[in-house]
Amino acid sequence: MDDPLLFEQRPHWWSDRRAGLTLGTIVVAALAGVVAMVVFVVVQGWPSFAHNGLSWFGGGGSVDQQIKAMFLSGETGGHYVYTFHAWPLIWSTVLIVGAAATLSLACSLFVAVFVVEFAPDWMKEILHPVVRLLASVPSVIYGLLGVLVLVPFIGNHVISQHAKASVSHIISLSGYSLVAGVLILTVMIAPLMISIFADGLRSVPRHWLEASQALGINRWRTFWKVGVRAARPAIVAGTVLATARGLGEAVMLAMVSGSVGFAPNPFDGTIFFFEPSRPLAPTIIQNIEGLSSPPLKHTLFAVASVLLVSAMALSLAGWAAKQPLKRYAAA
Amino acid sequence: MCWLLGILFCAIAGAIVLFMLVQGIRFLRPSLLVTSPTAGFSQSQTGGFLDPLIGTVVVSLLGLAIALPLGVTIAVWLTEYGRPFPLARATESTVEMLAGVPDIVLALFGLLIFSSPILGFLSRTSGHVVFGRSFFAAGAMLSLVALPLIVGSTREGLQSIPAHIREASLAVGKTRFATIRRVLLPTARPSVITGAMLGLGRIIGDTAIIVVLLGATLTLNQAGNTPVFSVLKGTGSTLTSFIYANAPTGEANQPNKAYAAAFVLLLVVLALNLCVDLIGRRTKVVSWSS
Repeated sequence: MDDPLLFEQRPHWWSDRRAGLTLGTIVVAALAGVVAMVVFVVVQGWPSFAHNGLSWFGGGGSVDQQIKAMFLSGETGGHYVYTFHAWPLIWSTVLIVGAAATLSLACSLFVAVFVVEFAPDWMKEILHPVVRLLASVPSVIYGLLGVLVLVPFIGNHVISQHAKASVSHIISLSGYSLVAGVLILTVMIAPLMISIFADGLRSVPRHWLEASQALGINRWRTFWKVGVRAARPAIVAGTVLATARGLGEAVMLAMVSGSVGFAPNPFDGTIFFFEPSRPLAPTIIQNIEGLSSPPLKHTLFAVASVLLVSAMALSLAGWAAKQPLKRYAAA
Repeated sequence: MCWLLGILFCAIAGAIVLFMLVQGIRFLRPSLLVTSPTAGFSQSQTGGFLDPLIGTVVVSLLGLAIALPLGVTIAVWLTEYGRPFPLARATESTVEMLAGVPDIVLALFGLLIFSSPILGFLSRTSGHVVFGRSFFAAGAMLSLVALPLIVGSTREGLQSIPAHIREASLAVGKTRFATIRRVLLPTARPSVITGAMLGLGRIIGDTAIIVVLLGATLTLNQAGNTPVFSVLKGTGSTLTSFIYANAPTGEANQPNKAYAAAFVLLLVVLALNLCVDLIGRRTKVVSWSS
């Protein structure tokens, strides 16, 4: 037992002290990677902002023609053209994502309350996996359904020939429309919201609700005034996540929104809902072949950085909205 | 009101699933699964989707191979070490932010870094121009899509292990890292697997990164002659990009093929969900008595 080696073993190369440090280093490296991504994207997009100034966000001219001009100027190698006014794309994004998020927030809240509180037990058993499944269906399948079912339906049965003829000199109404984009996006993000809302509602302590009912308040009112309020952080979180998903949805919206750089005009009456447009994210995916042209590349990165900044702002806003609510939150 | 919307929701969900089922069975032929796609104008000429199927498997394995170790590392560090505190907070919010980053932005970023000359060995090159599109590039970026889910799920699993388990392990003389490796990670394995499955679902369902970074070519285009490496270096397609290309808005426009591929994709997602459910059920039985 005098042999010191029995107790003092040679330090292993993967010693305990190094473990924490190594793990920490990997984490820092991953963090740095993500930060580098944000910086890279913004830097690459900067020339486009620099050439256009604030009018980047404004309207004017046809976006599609501007993109085409940019692409050609890069291909010919002469003087680069950077003129780009993204308003139609931004307006389309705001309309489609905003409408879909609002619609789906309203519906999801009711459905989540139904799923958690009012549905009979056998229905809960079915609903829970169904919500989960729908939340994980790839967006391209929703897009396929939209483009093969909803769009032809709108084009053939909802829009009248008269309406089509009245605007045919500006734009063709074929069913690829604002309303198709909003509906499909709503169906796509609602399951996501429902599953997060339902988790939040389920974690509300049972005795809070029972206390309220013991005071003679009926079940419906109890759940809205106590349950839903206590679950507000989950509601904010779900809304933010679902909206971010909608904001970044490129493929599905490229399929159903019409892919025309056109700003739908609310003063057009009912035709407004059937006008085609194209949000920011699909713009990138549809012009991806143009990356070889430097001005268009910078412009696409500028669009990407706008998306990135909006997504970050969204999650920041969600975080800020959650702070005052945390005090009342169910654990 | 609740009943109405709840039933409406069920109806929509049921309609989607049933519709896909009917269309899938109508158009899916076993031969589609084993033939490669070819260019053509009619349904009979365009072949099947063997290559996209292989592409999906390759890309998800690659993405998971990167995301799983990285995600588990981050989760372990966050729950078991987590010091200095500001760094832990920053990591948390970065991972949270990563969950909200649009995949199209990730795709553009991926194209930027993988077409730099240093990483040229990971994709096809011609002269000094690096193509930047390969299974490597797509897998690396897709791992970022799966990362937040894996981190979140693993963390949840680790946090739900009571402190006395850790203390018991430390008390019998195990070091901190040995505790993590021998006690905590095996205990949290169901959560890790759940996270991996959820991440896999996201990877399989992603289209934007595939279209941009994998090239979405018809067949697997190998680059070079090394057996496995050349496939990974080359471009290809997955089921999602196959559906995108075969929708009426895409280049190929073969809706029946798109329906069949979508049905297969839906089955894969369904199977993943069932796995997650099974794991969830089994772990509920083994609960810690306090």
